Amino acid sequence: MFRQAKWDEPLIFELSHPGRVGYTLPKPIEDVEVEIPEKLKRKSPLNLPEVSEPEVVKHYTRLSEMNYGVDSGIYPLGSCTMKYNPKINEELANHPKVSFIHPYQDERTVQGALKIIWELEQWLKEITGMDRFTLQPAAGANGEFTGVMIIKAYHLDRGETQRTEMLVPDSAHGTNPASAAMAGFKVIEIPSNESGTVDLEALENAVSERTAGLMLTNPNTLGIFEDEILEIAKIVHKAGGLLYYDGANLNAVLGKIRPGDMGFDIVHLNLHKTFSTPHGGGGPGAGPVGVKDFLKDYLPVPLVSYDEEKDMYYLDYNVPKSIGKVKELFGNFAVLVRALTYLKIMGRDGLKEVSEVAVLNANYLTQKLKGTRGYELPHKELRKHEVVFSAEPMRKETGVKALDVAKRLLDFGMHAPTIYFPLIVHEALMIEPTETATKEELDAYVEALKKISEEAYTNPEIVKSAPHNTAVRRVDDVLAAKKPIITWRMYRELKEKGEVDY
Amino acid sequence: MAKHYIPNSAHKEEMLKEIGFSSIEELFADVPKGFIKELNLPEGKSEYEVFLEMNEILERNKTVLEMPSFLGAGTYFHYIPAHVKYLIERSEFLTSYTPYQAEISQGMLQALFEYQSLIAELVGLPVVNASMYDWGSAMAEAALMTVRLHRGKRKKFVVPKHTHPERMQVLKTYGKGPGVEIVTVNWNERGQIDLEDLKEKVKDAAGVYIEMPNFFGLLEEEIQAVGEIAHDAGAYFVVGVDPTLLGIVEAPGELGADIVVGEASYFGNPMNFGGPRAGIFAVRNDPKLIRQMPGRLIGMTKDAEGKRAFVMTLQTREQHIRRAKATSNICSNEALVAVAAAIHIATLGPRGIRELGEVILKNTTYLKKRLKEVAELPFDGVNFKDVLVRFEKPYKEIHEHLLSKNIHGGYYVKPHFPELGEAALFAATETTRKEWVDALIEALREVV
Repeated sequence: MFRQAKWDEPLIFELSHPGRVGYTLPKPIEDVEVEIPEKLKRKSPLNLPEVSEPEVVKHYTRLSEMNYGVDSGIYPLGSCTMKYNPKINEELANHPKVSFIHPYQDERTVQGALKIIWELEQWLKEITGMDRFTLQPAAGANGEFTGVMIIKAYHLDRGETQRTEMLVPDSAHGTNPASAAMAGFKVIEIPSNESGTVDLEALENAVSERTAGLMLTNPNTLGIFEDEILEIAKIVHKAGGLLYYDGANLNAVLGKIRPGDMGFDIVHLNLHKTFSTPHGGGGPGAGPVGVKDFLKDYLPVPLVSYDEEKDMYYLDYNVPKSIGKVKELFGNFAVLVRALTYLKIMGRDGLKEVSEVAVLNANYLTQKLKGTRGYELPHKELRKHEVVFSAEPMRKETGVKALDVAKRLLDFGMHAPTIYFPLIVHEALMIEPTETATKEELDAYVEALKKISEEAYTNPEIVKSAPHNTAVRRVDDVLAAKKPIITWRMYRELKEKGEVDY
Repeated sequence: MAKHYIPNSAHKEEMLKEIGFSSIEELFADVPKGFIKELNLPEGKSEYEVFLEMNEILERNKTVLEMPSFLGAGTYFHYIPAHVKYLIERSEFLTSYTPYQAEISQGMLQALFEYQSLIAELVGLPVVNASMYDWGSAMAEAALMTVRLHRGKRKKFVVPKHTHPERMQVLKTYGKGPGVEIVTVNWNERGQIDLEDLKEKVKDAAGVYIEMPNFFGLLEEEIQAVGEIAHDAGAYFVVGVDPTLLGIVEAPGELGADIVVGEASYFGNPMNFGGPRAGIFAVRNDPKLIRQMPGRLIGMTKDAEGKRAFVMTLQTREQHIRRAKATSNICSNEALVAVAAAIHIATLGPRGIRELGEVILKNTTYLKKRLKEVAELPFDGVNFKDVLVRFEKPYKEIHEHLLSKNIHGGYYVKPHFPELGEAALFAATETTRKEWVDALIEALREVV
């Protein structure tokens, strides 16, 4: 089990000693004096730390020791698909032939990079059942924005200016409504039914000539497969809308079921989830977007195409109705290298094995935890990659909330599940073990959750005051919002006024 | 079949039995018939085979280490001290997620707080978020933010015509959602913003944007005046900045900026064919601005025992809570890229940052001096990194000749600005060597 280091590590600014330097620069080619116009010259002081290289290394090493990653232990954060990140991915992404190439180089000098983008597209097309991909989006939400802008462009192109509404289930990720709103759509929420899937009747009532599309995750955030997907697709298409697939949960069906076969017109994928590229504490990710043939003229520019005759890959700006660009250049290229490496190693057999074992692990955990006092299993029992339990009975009976359960898990050296999401489950605990957790880890996780249940009913205080073993005790997030201190600069000002004692 | 990334492959039967299922198929019983199928993909390979295969593909790239390159135009070859990569590759940083559980993520949270703090010192504004995708997305979101700040009553965003084309394209796409009207201002005979034209176009603007240096590599000398014109018209002043400039040039916050955007990945991150990058986003300490800013903010607070601690804060602006009413849809950002930038900036310190700016400025000046010998410089001013030059011959011919000499020339500008003729941007940084520049000039002499 993970044991977090407890360093009283100051801020890098507080380690500063005047005169110390961390790096020596090369000398200029010619030591000419160049005058910066007086009104532009820097006059304000540069309040940066003065530290040597060994101090920098020790400081950030210590900070890393106070952080939990996939390599530290089980990380079953639901809907985030925190799977093991193969090290070969890193080795190839850090290759000089990746690091030291400029995006504006002559195409003849970056054939390798273009081939990587092109090859990755071929894999993603077959995996999703789509006809063309852009790898430009930097993250899932950037991909969603791309997708809904394509939907918008499609309708406008057909003169259907009245299609201003985007349908989003109430169990959807927050990025879905936010992306739709950013693209200028009015968001219409579709309620879930008792089994946790889209309520068909509500959907029927919601669609109209104003419907631009429906954004759906399948399996959804409850870990439940939308088994009426064909009916859903029919309703949306009949109304003239398009069906958008949020790929956050693709891990559950990878290599077995394709969104394109289920009636989806457009998909985004999260390479940092399903395709094992590490998430870096919140990014970089990559959010490729795939579309069916009839939408390919709307994709962002440029695409990468292949000229068979010349055996040359090239940047293709010939996308007649392109929505433009959603990010500079060609996306998070180094992330794409990692994903392609993973795909080549896994292959058809490996990808299928991923979803099968991810689903097995989730159901194993579900069955083992089911019936434990305080945790309730709402909705259908059969889950895909993740399961959402409710700690509502525990809260009612003991006052111990989902948040407390999560914090107590940290004491056991395990990462907490996602909590309070989806919003439709009270006191939600959303667990996604992925295919890379071992049976032993799953058993230990279930044991820990059972132990916490026992504690809640016998000694609730120990849970409510958790965590006890971490680098810091429970963090006051109310204070953080009430008195925002976002930078050292803000901190210094408040400190001078005597308004902070931490 | 057991796969080395999937430990429980070996225990499928046993686990299924334990939970009362007879087969994997049963776990997929809720999937409508006909959906499950074999995909037409290659079989998996061993790690060694893929290592060889990927190396073979990568061999077809030619790096700037193998071929001196004068490409810049928004992406630059900077050297990154070795320890930066070493530190961000620490797997506790590399393999972690968004720090939702603060207590067990203090390392990443503090590192991001330090990133925010270091950028704040450079740009001269106290509130900085934990990163956007890149400069372009940060600039586009700044434009949307100025429109929101005017409650949609003003939709005009004023930008110089000589704004970086990549960023301009991102702005256009983002602007389509809320219907932002993008108005462009001309440049003057010195290649800098035309203040008279700006004055004419600023009326009813939500925001005014300017870049330092501008797309032609020039420092905009009237930046403060631009800010005053914006403010007089009731518009917000947004400055986009290359932060490697900020050791020698005044912080945009001190020059009147309300919002500063820029590219953080110039520190600590390689070019990577253009990504990943990280966008800077900073604002004044004004609750109205903070409430409307996009992205994640890390805040300092204390724990239950009064000890200093870090946490994600002011999340009610964000999509996972506010959903359709969020200030932005951004969720995954570029945290690791930001941490790499922070480590690099901390390593340089005040002296290193100043020296970096000076060395780049001097190298750019040398490049410019030598280019003058063989080509025309349409604009004269202070250049930082990029220098715009104009040739009499079609640039394509020049480019081919340079390539034949194993030199990569500059960025061809004509497709974006045909009025400039056969113009290209040639760039230098602290990594540029004298012998590269001398070889370039020699090769140019042979062809111009």
